[in-house]
Amino acid sequence: MALSPLPMPGKRFVIGVPYVWLFVFFLLPFLILLYISFVDMGSDISPFKPIWDPVSGVLSLKYENYLSIFRTAEGAPLFRTLYIEAYLRSIWYALLTAIFCLVIGYPFAYFIARSPASVRPALLLMVMLPFWTSFLLRVYAWKGLLADNGVINRLWMAIGLTSEPVQMLYTNVSMLVGMTYVYLPFMVLPLYATLVKMDFRLLEAAYDLGTTPFKAFWLITVPLSKAGIVAGFMLVFIPCVGEFVIPSLLGGPENMMIGRVVWDEMFTANDWPQATALAVVMIALIIVPLAIYYNYSGDKK
Amino acid sequence: MKQLLEKHFGKFWLVLVFVFLYMPLLFMIVFSFNSTRQDARFTGFSFRWYEALTKDDRIVEGFITSLKVASITGVLSAVLATFAAFVLVRYRRFPGRTAFSGMVNAPLVMPEVIIGLSLLLLAVGSQNLFGWPERGLLTIILGHTLLGMAYGMVVIQSRLLQMDRSIEEAAMDLGARPHQVFFLITLPNIFQAILAAFLLSFTLSFDDVVISEFLSGPGVSTLPQVIFGYARRGINPTIYAAATLLIVTVTLLIVAYAVWVARATRRREREIQAATRIEMAALAINP
Repeated sequence: MALSPLPMPGKRFVIGVPYVWLFVFFLLPFLILLYISFVDMGSDISPFKPIWDPVSGVLSLKYENYLSIFRTAEGAPLFRTLYIEAYLRSIWYALLTAIFCLVIGYPFAYFIARSPASVRPALLLMVMLPFWTSFLLRVYAWKGLLADNGVINRLWMAIGLTSEPVQMLYTNVSMLVGMTYVYLPFMVLPLYATLVKMDFRLLEAAYDLGTTPFKAFWLITVPLSKAGIVAGFMLVFIPCVGEFVIPSLLGGPENMMIGRVVWDEMFTANDWPQATALAVVMIALIIVPLAIYYNYSGDKK
Repeated sequence: MKQLLEKHFGKFWLVLVFVFLYMPLLFMIVFSFNSTRQDARFTGFSFRWYEALTKDDRIVEGFITSLKVASITGVLSAVLATFAAFVLVRYRRFPGRTAFSGMVNAPLVMPEVIIGLSLLLLAVGSQNLFGWPERGLLTIILGHTLLGMAYGMVVIQSRLLQMDRSIEEAAMDLGARPHQVFFLITLPNIFQAILAAFLLSFTLSFDDVVISEFLSGPGVSTLPQVIFGYARRGINPTIYAAATLLIVTVTLLIVAYAVWVARATRRREREIQAATRIEMAALAINP
């Protein structure tokens, strides 16, 4: 039986309020961003030139800001610009983080889902709790843990693993530890959500029929939790590409990611058109995996 | 044998990952009571970093600023998220629905750097045109609300989708006016989700560094901005003291919330059971 649509009070008002809000504070800023990415850098007073010269009446769309992303210095290998390297580095570290989160998070989510129903809410709460305390402070703590004379180095030296402190802070090791740590719950929760719905009697049936646990895992558990794997991967990968705080605190100077490059172009070089062009390309990089994801999840329906 | 192995490995893995998740929190709690600046050796118990914390004007001011920003962001996000969730769940057809749903969800996947940058450009543009707004509290709140609204919407939307609409129909049949239905039936039903949306956006705002860094003006710094500034310079146990206070507060709040939700759920179940029993009894008397 189809419910008749209820007459709601002030439909126009209910739609209008969030619509106008989003138009002014989401769409409009984005259009300004797009606009500035197509104009020339300005003088000290105004950071960018207008696209339309009111004196001569000439409309000039500049692709310069986009071209300079790819333009290399004379004699340098093709496409190896600072910008391209920052993009590739961001994607690479985001990918590595997502893989680490999956490797650590999958068994973790699996065993939470298989634990008795009475303890599951408490275990989930324990996963969520660090997530609700300050992200910044948790990242900061790793600085003390991973420092040359930090807790971990001292522990390793005490048990004789190394004789000299190993430099971990301000390298890609500390950065990846920090990113994996922060984004692990984003992987665990969607994985748990699919695994907890799985009928584990399927595994018992497979064992009874003589399948090895390893094979049963690959043939039954993994395919049934595919949606959770993909969702978790996206939830980790996408924010990691634009991550700003963790590389600033834990990464070294050679680990500069694209979010930081945008910031520097904006506030250090004061080159607004270049910063906005870099940001537009960054959005494009994020939309591609998202589109693939939506296509994938659309197919399943 | 196989299952025994799985069971032990499972327990081992759970413990290992929980240690990983809680190690930084424990580390900060322990070393906030350290008597020296030493980072890896506990030299003695003291409250000196807590004392330093209360005397640090920048941290105290930042805390007050963050509290203001997060409270307003929380309320604004919860209200707007309720509107947005209503639009998406209840109005299946209206012009521009696809664009609307895209715009509500986009901040969930948009890097904060881009949200901050584009809102900064809007603020600067508006300031050049109208001389308003100055960068500061207001612009930070607007930036945080964009994010909070998106997250809050997801929470309220799922509650609205689960809600049994026949009780609204019943109220209408009994002569309730549309606004009465909303305030007496719908709102109490989704109130828990609205509260969750408030808490989520409050937390997001209280924790945000990137958007605030883009949108704050001279003389206005949120607590995370102050901490971020200290953190880039090196180790400072005062921050561990701040972290410990935060961890204790959040833990208490979350445990209280979890207990409250569990109680509310149990009460509702009991009421449903009682109602069913009465119905059965009524049927038995008058079939």
